[in-house]
Amino acid sequence: MTGVSKAPRRAEGRRSLRADGLGLLFCAVMAFPVYWMVLTAIRPAAEIRSNPPRFWTSEPTLEHVRRAMASETFWSSVRASVLVGTGTVVVSLLIGVLAAYAVARFSFAGRRAFVLVILSVQMIPLAGLIIPLYLLLSDAGLTDSLTGVILTYLVFMLPFTVWLLRGFVAGIPIELEEAAMVDGCTRAGAFRRVTLPLLAPGLVATSIYSLVQAWNEYVLAYVLLSSNDKQTVSIWLVSFQTSFGTDYGALMAGATLTALPVVVFFMIVQRRVAAGLAAGAVKG
Amino acid sequence: MVTADPPGRRAVSPGPSPAVSTRRAGTGGRPLLRRAAPYLLIAPTVLALTAVLGYPLVELVLLSFQDMSRRELFAGTEPPWTGLKQYRAIAQDRFFWQVVGRTALFATVCTALTMAAALAVALLMRRVSPWVRATMAAVLVAVWAMPVMVAASVFRWLADADYGVANWLLGLLPGLDFTKHNWFEDPWQGFAVIVAVVFWGSLPFAAITLQAALTQVPPELAEAARVDGAGRGQVFRHITFPVVKPAFVMVTTLNAIWNFGVFNQIWLMRSGQPEKEYYLLGVYSFIESFAVNRYSAGAAIAVVTVVLLLAGAVFYVRQLVRMGETR
Repeated sequence: MTGVSKAPRRAEGRRSLRADGLGLLFCAVMAFPVYWMVLTAIRPAAEIRSNPPRFWTSEPTLEHVRRAMASETFWSSVRASVLVGTGTVVVSLLIGVLAAYAVARFSFAGRRAFVLVILSVQMIPLAGLIIPLYLLLSDAGLTDSLTGVILTYLVFMLPFTVWLLRGFVAGIPIELEEAAMVDGCTRAGAFRRVTLPLLAPGLVATSIYSLVQAWNEYVLAYVLLSSNDKQTVSIWLVSFQTSFGTDYGALMAGATLTALPVVVFFMIVQRRVAAGLAAGAVKG
Repeated sequence: MVTADPPGRRAVSPGPSPAVSTRRAGTGGRPLLRRAAPYLLIAPTVLALTAVLGYPLVELVLLSFQDMSRRELFAGTEPPWTGLKQYRAIAQDRFFWQVVGRTALFATVCTALTMAAALAVALLMRRVSPWVRATMAAVLVAVWAMPVMVAASVFRWLADADYGVANWLLGLLPGLDFTKHNWFEDPWQGFAVIVAVVFWGSLPFAAITLQAALTQVPPELAEAARVDGAGRGQVFRHITFPVVKPAFVMVTTLNAIWNFGVFNQIWLMRSGQPEKEYYLLGVYSFIESFAVNRYSAGAAIAVVTVVLLLAGAVFYVRQLVRMGETR
């Protein structure tokens, strides 16, 4: 008996060792561009141009990072991006949480249609909407204003927020609200005192996720914002590209600076967002 | 994870929605207000979406039947109606159909590559040791979070003619000389780089989603099939794949839609001035509108793009609805 069961186990072990090797190789290949970006950002300029390339550096330097940060519009673009991101998140959360609550807790005529619209809106390619959005905002005198950008970002942020929060609300047992109402709370009171505190992690996850989206968006900001002091980080990075040409050290430093906050935030909330999306997908 | 568990439990019983039980628990009050409550709650969202999405969509279609130029834009006057002129113009334009074909080919290649690799990675993740799986997940999430513009910059550097790693690596292969090779001279090679960056960026989402779907495959079932003599291929075909199929179809559709609308990567790789050989529908529509100032022509191209995508969107939404119904 033991002899029989041992052989497959050893084969199993060998197979999982091979799988592990493959998995690590995959990690190395996937992570290489990120590694190369950071390495280029922190190595001396002479090393960047070495041929054959070297895959580590013995003398890291912050020279490129300093140069990137010293670029005229860096801090103003960070400021613009933070403002746009925060504005979008606040507006979409304020109105999105209401709709999410309605969809998760009420059954009403038109609920299904509403959900379908929320879902299909996410399919519309943004590129197709740039022209009319631009015309709309230029009619309203909101081109070259951060408010205008915030409004347009609602197009893709709001449906997503509603969908994600709906999953989080559905995850909170309705019995808790009912108990509060039996104890004399109004429905709004039960929402404020019971559901909202429990929803906090979901709200945080959703807002960080949206913040990341706003931070990364390029085309709309590029079309809508023309003054230098209102450009967002994506625009900064691209204009950096053209003005610095092939100064890849500074460029990769800029890329690293742009990516860093996003990657850190995203890694923090990713699990929660995935859970919320899964909860959202299960119940239509 | 507070959120992961209860919905799963709820989803099993497709019975009455939670709202029914609350209504029963509700303590009297004004019935009219209570009936209006959900509509009041969704009203702001509906209003906002109508304003920033519904109106522009209508405007886009109207615009495509007009002839708007820079003059009308600045004067704020109503552009003249031209009926189907824009559509007739693009329908007769051979270049437009070339771009449509190129976009379709591009989206197909990217999506096929991504989905095949994502499935392989997801299956691999089920077989590796836990610590390797955690490492893979961390790498995938980090790559997922990379801003598109950052990814495009990095790949541009990797494919640099003078000091790019790609040229050096390919030069190591016997018989190949890639010294000072410019990847963007030949659009096929240029698109290879663009496909690479799109693929790299979209693999994580697909792999992570498929991996999550694979955890739903009951191990006893696969075990039983194996005991009954099914080979590895058969287990995959008859047990594993049917379980992950809904997720697979959903991710494929989403990916195809995103790849169809690719804009940023091309824009950045070609420094904001893509050559005609690098036009995809998104780029074409954008350039017609904002570089050539033929807003109506750009709008017509955008409408055609949206209509082409609508087929995909309908498929996706139907899939989602079906998933919601069957579970």
